[in-house]
Amino acid sequence: MRTSRPILLVEDDSVDAMTVKRALKELKVTNTLVLQTNGEEALNYLKSEENHKPCVILLDLNMPKMNGIEFLKIAKANPAFRQIPVIVLTTSKDDRDKVESFQLSVAGYIVKPTDYTKFVDAIKTVDLYWTLSELPNTGV
Amino acid sequence: MRNSKPILLLEDDTVDAMTVKRALKDIKVLNPLVRTANGEEGLAYLKDEKNEKPCVILLDLNMPKMNGIEFLKVAKGDEKLKKIPAIVMTTSKDDKDWIQSFNLNVAGYIVKPIDYQKFVEAIRIINLYWTLSELPNGVQEVTNENIETDTACRR
Repeated sequence: MRTSRPILLVEDDSVDAMTVKRALKELKVTNTLVLQTNGEEALNYLKSEENHKPCVILLDLNMPKMNGIEFLKIAKANPAFRQIPVIVLTTSKDDRDKVESFQLSVAGYIVKPTDYTKFVDAIKTVDLYWTLSELPNTGV
Repeated sequence: MRNSKPILLLEDDTVDAMTVKRALKDIKVLNPLVRTANGEEGLAYLKDEKNEKPCVILLDLNMPKMNGIEFLKVAKGDEKLKKIPAIVMTTSKDDKDWIQSFNLNVAGYIVKPIDYQKFVEAIRIINLYWTLSELPNGVQEVTNENIETDTACRR
């Protein structure tokens, strides 16, 4: 990534979260990975002044308590977080999820490849793109 | 790009527009490139129902008449247009420009490399990312009507 701020991963499945961690490590991405297991926890993380604001948010959609779409509705309405790029990382190919996510201004919607090598390739592309692109540098 | 819809370029500088066209051709991107020279023309293109909606918008910031930020304010406030990813491509490294752009929910902010090879590489990465990512316009317009039909089918 372009900055050294943490990457915030919002994912309820611990195996999926480990896969992301492993892929980032394999690609030598040095940003810290912060894991929150649902939208509510992620909002609490973002709201706490002690925490570093992430450079990007990788967001699963299907999660308990507060799902990804619900999280986006709140996060994108808050001037303190709305500038952080959110990339959906999901297994959902549902057209409605895609359209709703883009209506809520996501900066990418990636259907998780089930094959690990393809998954690493996907994370590599995400890293390349967000290293090329500037990132908002606000907050703590 | 993930689908074959046009790429909409908002760029007032003819030479810069030609460079984008050439770079896309060099990396064999087949999407047609529609170029408009400022924000006002870009909006006019998007609002004309006869035109196919683009898969992504590549957006310069410094343009006459209506600049990139002014364009984003209108486009991101429009229910029909807000879902189209807009990627800023500019020479401006001004902090204010990128903070404002990200507040207006751009899906990338790229400072144009001056060197042509580096520019092609930037376009290659943009294409790679938006081929990996789903796009909102690749799918059928979701209206309340087809949501209901869809739910009915599932029952």
